Amino acid sequence: MELRTEPFVLNMGPQHPSTHGVFRMRVTFDGEVVVDMEPIFGYLHRGIEKLAETRTYTQVIPLTDRLDYLASMTNNHAYVLAVEKLAGIPVPERAEYLRVIMDELMRISSHLMAVGFFLNDLGCSVYTPLLYMYREREKILDLFEMVCGQRLTYNYMRIGGVSHDIPEEFMPALKKFVAEMPSFIDEYDQLLAENEILLARTKGVGILPRELAINASASGPVLRASGIKWDIRKKDPYSVYERFDFEIPTGKVGDTYDRYRVRIQEMRQSAHILEQAIEQLPSGEVQSKMPHLLHPPVGEAYGHIEAPRGELGFYLVSDNSIAPYRCHIRAPTLINLTALRDMVIGWKLADAIIIFGSIDIILGEVDR
Amino acid sequence: MKLEFERYGKGLAKGMTLTFRHVFRRPITTQYPEQRLIPSRRFRGYELIWYKNRCTGCGTCAKSCLQGNIEIVTSKGTENNYVVEKFEVDTGRCIFCGLCVEACPYEALFMGKAYERASYRRGQLVLSKEQLELSAERQPSGYARPKVEALLPKQTLLLERPRRRWGWH
Amino acid sequence: MLWPLDNYWAHFGVFTVIVLGFFLIGVMAFTYVERRGFGPFQLRLGPNRAGPFGVLQPVADAIKVLLKEDIVPARADKWVHWLASVIVLLPVLLILAVIPFHKGHGLIPDLNIGILYVVAVSALGVMGIFMAGWASNNKYSLIAAMRVVATMVSYEIPLVLSIIGVVLISGSLSLNDIVEGHTIPFFLLTPLGFLVFLLSAMAEINRGPFDLLEADSELVAGFHTEYSGMKFALFYLAEYGHALAMSAIAATLFFRGWVGPGSEYIGVLWFLVKMLFIFILLIWMRVTFPRLRIDQLMGFAWKCLFPLALINLLIVGVEVVAWEAPWWIIFVNFAVAGGLILLWSRFFKLGGGRVEVRV
Repeated sequence: MELRTEPFVLNMGPQHPSTHGVFRMRVTFDGEVVVDMEPIFGYLHRGIEKLAETRTYTQVIPLTDRLDYLASMTNNHAYVLAVEKLAGIPVPERAEYLRVIMDELMRISSHLMAVGFFLNDLGCSVYTPLLYMYREREKILDLFEMVCGQRLTYNYMRIGGVSHDIPEEFMPALKKFVAEMPSFIDEYDQLLAENEILLARTKGVGILPRELAINASASGPVLRASGIKWDIRKKDPYSVYERFDFEIPTGKVGDTYDRYRVRIQEMRQSAHILEQAIEQLPSGEVQSKMPHLLHPPVGEAYGHIEAPRGELGFYLVSDNSIAPYRCHIRAPTLINLTALRDMVIGWKLADAIIIFGSIDIILGEVDR
Repeated sequence: MKLEFERYGKGLAKGMTLTFRHVFRRPITTQYPEQRLIPSRRFRGYELIWYKNRCTGCGTCAKSCLQGNIEIVTSKGTENNYVVEKFEVDTGRCIFCGLCVEACPYEALFMGKAYERASYRRGQLVLSKEQLELSAERQPSGYARPKVEALLPKQTLLLERPRRRWGWH
Repeated sequence: MLWPLDNYWAHFGVFTVIVLGFFLIGVMAFTYVERRGFGPFQLRLGPNRAGPFGVLQPVADAIKVLLKEDIVPARADKWVHWLASVIVLLPVLLILAVIPFHKGHGLIPDLNIGILYVVAVSALGVMGIFMAGWASNNKYSLIAAMRVVATMVSYEIPLVLSIIGVVLISGSLSLNDIVEGHTIPFFLLTPLGFLVFLLSAMAEINRGPFDLLEADSELVAGFHTEYSGMKFALFYLAEYGHALAMSAIAATLFFRGWVGPGSEYIGVLWFLVKMLFIFILLIWMRVTFPRLRIDQLMGFAWKCLFPLALINLLIVGVEVVAWEAPWWIIFVNFAVAGGLILLWSRFFKLGGGRVEVRV
């Protein structure tokens, strides 16, 4: 008499406590081991690329907020960078520095969320590390509320600069935050960096090999954790990033532990960039003079930045009218997801969840 | 032979001491209806406020709205101006991006300060020009309006909360 | 001894009411302590709206759960589905029946095979959870049921072995004799046994870092996904009741139960204080740590806790036979415990566990 086993299909459906949004995975299991995985997305598709074709260039900016809704500033920045390339509009220096400050604050906030939810998936089921991260993120959101009035979808950058100058209480608060940030990360490391359970669950799990990462066009912390030093802020610098001195943290192996460490170290580097930007901030105006309705010349442009989750790019085609002819969005997490199947096969159910959590997807971007 | 010991529970103990130290810090909860935080001076709240005596019916706000939420109907007035007969904003569809407030050339449209504007029926969210006017409950915020911003109180920041614990409730 | 009126029926009647009352109020108090207890660790307040200081929150939870509709999935096995929720509650009440709250008083006072009975009865819980997972016609519950059978059965063994260490020193299985046996509390005399007992008990009650049976980030709610209404209330009561029972057993075995300074009549209060202390330890560990994976859990039980419990038993046995367990074995035992933990940490394996799959 022999033991007969057959694999079964489990649908980790659109409604699940830890799929980070409405994402569906049809996973085939043999016991507890994942044998096959099929991702199904599209539940949050809102047609942003099509809507952009009937809105003027300035009216598309609030639409881009809603792509990666946890990192709205960087979305705005990528879009206005693309439009400025298309139409050849110069940006004043103070605006560039303010954009860098907002980008780096956004990066810290987004990584805090990513790491917090990663640890939540790992099983700190009463959200303790997540709540510590949220406390710091609240401080950042307070700063953003001071500048532009909103806490999630900012609509702050404009074509040719930023929309408002910073109020006078922004700088002291920002300096205080940047001074306190490294001690918070140290405290966080005390909680979790040497934790044996965390090491046992994440070291060596879900390895993304170098060749697969490059072939799958992965970007962001997922790519850097596999040992490849690629960051658009250094390779193709935009805005005023050449004037800052910072390092690109990379991992060695490409497992989930490395992705977690890369994000923590990127937060430290962002705090360092913020210190330098605060010192170097010049005075001046914050938006260059622009016509009320922009008619860029016929042509196309691709503007890309290093968003917290990877390389976010906007490809704009213009036909000299007030609205873009075509706007295509290169969403980093969608491209990173293509490598998920190879990362997950052979691991158990619990690992599949945390590997998925370590890629850190946002459905707003994946589905647009 | 030197024996190296690591991962014998030291990380676990460090984690537990950290959570233990947090017990002695002040909780960062705000008890909502009794204690409220002051939102920012440039708050893009959940309402729009319209100044009847400054609006000329030019329609710049309606053209700059990306969804077309603002509906303006004017008729010709006696002194070479427009009389605004209908100024309706669908605040249910509005995404409160503030592009209309930035676009108004006569500073007749403001964002509001309130955020407790929920209602029971969707139809009640379409506000006509009488409902959009300034009143005691509908005060303007300083978004894109520096003169109003200078008069409002400063925002409460989490950075400035004290760290010691008192008032254990 | 039979307490009021020396009558069999009066004793059992009064004590049944007392034990049931203790169980219900104790579970409600534990849920309250847990939810308010998580607050300071996470820099927030717990629930404090229902009643003054949130004391009526468990009452509000109970009313909510009773008013919910009882949904049974279409192709689930109805009788097993219903029976499972009852069987899960059973061992909790049976364990609470023998715990001595005070000198010689309890529902079944001075049962002479006290701790053996407790160990035997707590194994019934496995069956209830497995039935719940199987009868729900849901793949998530099935995975949880399979995990249950594996883990809860494996963690029984270190649990029992650590208890035998205590039994050896005190020389009797009866809970009363264990409490009064030695003047030094057993958590000092067998520190390794206490540690093994605490970890195994946490795994037995599916709590803390060992809660992958109801891991709500993987299997939406594990074995009680398909339960709602009163049946879910029974699972909830059983989970916290089991935590209550295990804290009571730990307080009785390792901390000398109702013994404390002061007059003899406040023994019950000392018992409650010690139970609360152990529960706060459990809360503290749950708040801080992430969860273990299933194969790491099994590895931890068989490769780490089981040998440690066996070695602990050997050393305690040697000490009892050779020197009749005097007070200075505290230092010997602590040194041995420290040395063993350091030694076993070399077996600690990181990550891994990938299975080659032919795609």
